[in-house]
Amino acid sequence: MAGEIQNPIIRVRDITVQFGATRVLDGLNLDVKRGEILGFVGPSGAGKSVLTRTIIGLVPKVAGSIEVFGVDLDSSSTSQRRNVERRWGVLFQQGALFSSLTVRQNIQFPMREYLRVSQRLMDEITMAKLTMVGLKPEVAERFPSELSGGMIKRVALARALSLDPDLVFLDEPTSGLDPIGAGDFDELVRTLQRTLGLTVFMVTHDLDSLYTACDRIAVLGNGKIIAAGSIADMQASQHPWLRQYFHGKRARAVMG
Amino acid sequence: MSSDPKLERIAKGNALALRATGTWTASFAPVLERMVADAEKLGGSPQSIFIDVSEIAKLDTFGAWLIERLRRSLTTGAVEPQIAGLSANYSSLVDEVRRVRATPVIDRSPITITGMLEQIGRAVAGLAGTVAGLVDMLGAVLAAGFRVLIHPRSFRLTSTVHHMEQVCWRAVPIIVLITFLIGCIIAQQGIFHFRRFGADIFVVDMLGVLVLREIGVLLVAIMVAGRSGSAYTAELGSMKMREEIDALRTMGFDPIEVLVLPRMMALVLALPILAFLGAMAALYGGGLVAWLYGGVQPEAFLLRLRDAISIDHFIVGIVKAPVMAAVIGIVACVEGLAVQGSAESLGQHTTASVVKGIFFVIVMDGVFAIFFASIGM
Repeated sequence: MAGEIQNPIIRVRDITVQFGATRVLDGLNLDVKRGEILGFVGPSGAGKSVLTRTIIGLVPKVAGSIEVFGVDLDSSSTSQRRNVERRWGVLFQQGALFSSLTVRQNIQFPMREYLRVSQRLMDEITMAKLTMVGLKPEVAERFPSELSGGMIKRVALARALSLDPDLVFLDEPTSGLDPIGAGDFDELVRTLQRTLGLTVFMVTHDLDSLYTACDRIAVLGNGKIIAAGSIADMQASQHPWLRQYFHGKRARAVMG
Repeated sequence: MSSDPKLERIAKGNALALRATGTWTASFAPVLERMVADAEKLGGSPQSIFIDVSEIAKLDTFGAWLIERLRRSLTTGAVEPQIAGLSANYSSLVDEVRRVRATPVIDRSPITITGMLEQIGRAVAGLAGTVAGLVDMLGAVLAAGFRVLIHPRSFRLTSTVHHMEQVCWRAVPIIVLITFLIGCIIAQQGIFHFRRFGADIFVVDMLGVLVLREIGVLLVAIMVAGRSGSAYTAELGSMKMREEIDALRTMGFDPIEVLVLPRMMALVLALPILAFLGAMAALYGGGLVAWLYGGVQPEAFLLRLRDAISIDHFIVGIVKAPVMAAVIGIVACVEGLAVQGSAESLGQHTTASVVKGIFFVIVMDGVFAIFFASIGM
């Protein structure tokens, strides 16, 4: 990996994740800078989601260490860990909204758990979050089953942002959205990153997102990070998969 | 770096000037809200209003919104409060929050007596819908059955066998165990009470008639409703939630034929088998207790049993089994296909499936009792 980053928000060192006999991540190292949008790409099945879930703590690792906000998640106490969890938000691939709660209740759920805030303020903040993710206030009383795919992603993002986190994980935020919707979503992530000072860790397949939204790109292959850097670095890379990815038919179409 | 937030009045007279300092974030929300509420009462009718935010150390959406709330509530007539000293980092956040439309706080309707009465009324009115739904499903299943009779190749044997394994073969241990225990209990109670009249041996009559006519099939049907009816509803319901049923339809398959019919067939075949096994287990348990507890020798038990019961008793019991199976299956499938998008809905319909299944099983048992009494069986 090129260059050690000073004081990273996420520091992943030598992590190995194994399912049975198959080794998905093999001694992987990754740093995420404060305030950047990191795009995370790689072939299907390479373990992008696995890495995300390992950092969040949903998948156990065999070896290695993960530090988020300077806290080692393995040796941290429960209260330290809760404190870290309160400062990050996660947007799951399918949204993972609670189906028995309305949009408003979904967004207020983390607030109720972590903050002592009056109902009035919670309602007002919910409306603010809905406006920020580009949804109308009327959506608040709907159930997730009554939303379209794009709206589910937006509500899920609003829920991920409900505690004003410093770090958000987005797992394929634009998959399943139409190109215009996906473009809007990229724009939205950019705007929110600017206004809220977010650090964004985004797993994506979307070349447009890489070009328009991301500050830096990391590429996963063979259980390791095979390249990390700006979009220009990626295009200059001689790695066969990267060449195919960034110089293939679709990539040329995106670059125009 | 986090310091307690403050909101102070720094100028008096015609101008109202407020200075916000410290950390304006979600963790301090209760304090912030109180301060803002206090500040809203200030004023009178100042010539100009001025909010200095230059010394805010940290600001998030909560803090930005509370400043916005203050700004909005201090806005009266021509006087527009000025927000000054906003650092470049936070100005876009404050701008973003300013776009939020003020929506009235949603009034959550409280639970009232009229509301509860209304719910009861709706539930009663909904009963007719329930019965109509069951008849509808019965018709659909029969129609699918006739289609399969005409084109036997479209019958889903593999699926039926799979469901037979689930609802019949795998249910045998628990059904046999429970009916065995019930047989034991009936015999013990019978002997205990009949002994006072010196009529111990009549426990065999009671056991035989009760188990073969009523308890055997009723108990097994109730257990199957709880065990397999709920499983059917949950399976179909989660398929409905994930649009799998819509997928089947678009491929030109009839969900009734593909999903419901094999399940119904399996259940209709399984329940008589389970009811038979259950009745045998109950008789065996009763005989065991009669022998060990009541001192009725096995030979005497069998001799008495042969006198006490006829094939009619057995037929009366076993004839009910497929009908009850059909009722359980139809209720379960109707409920499963009625599941809406949420996990809560799945839970409600699974509960409803078991409750209604057991209810209709008992109603059917009553109908059969009247019927058999009328024909003198």
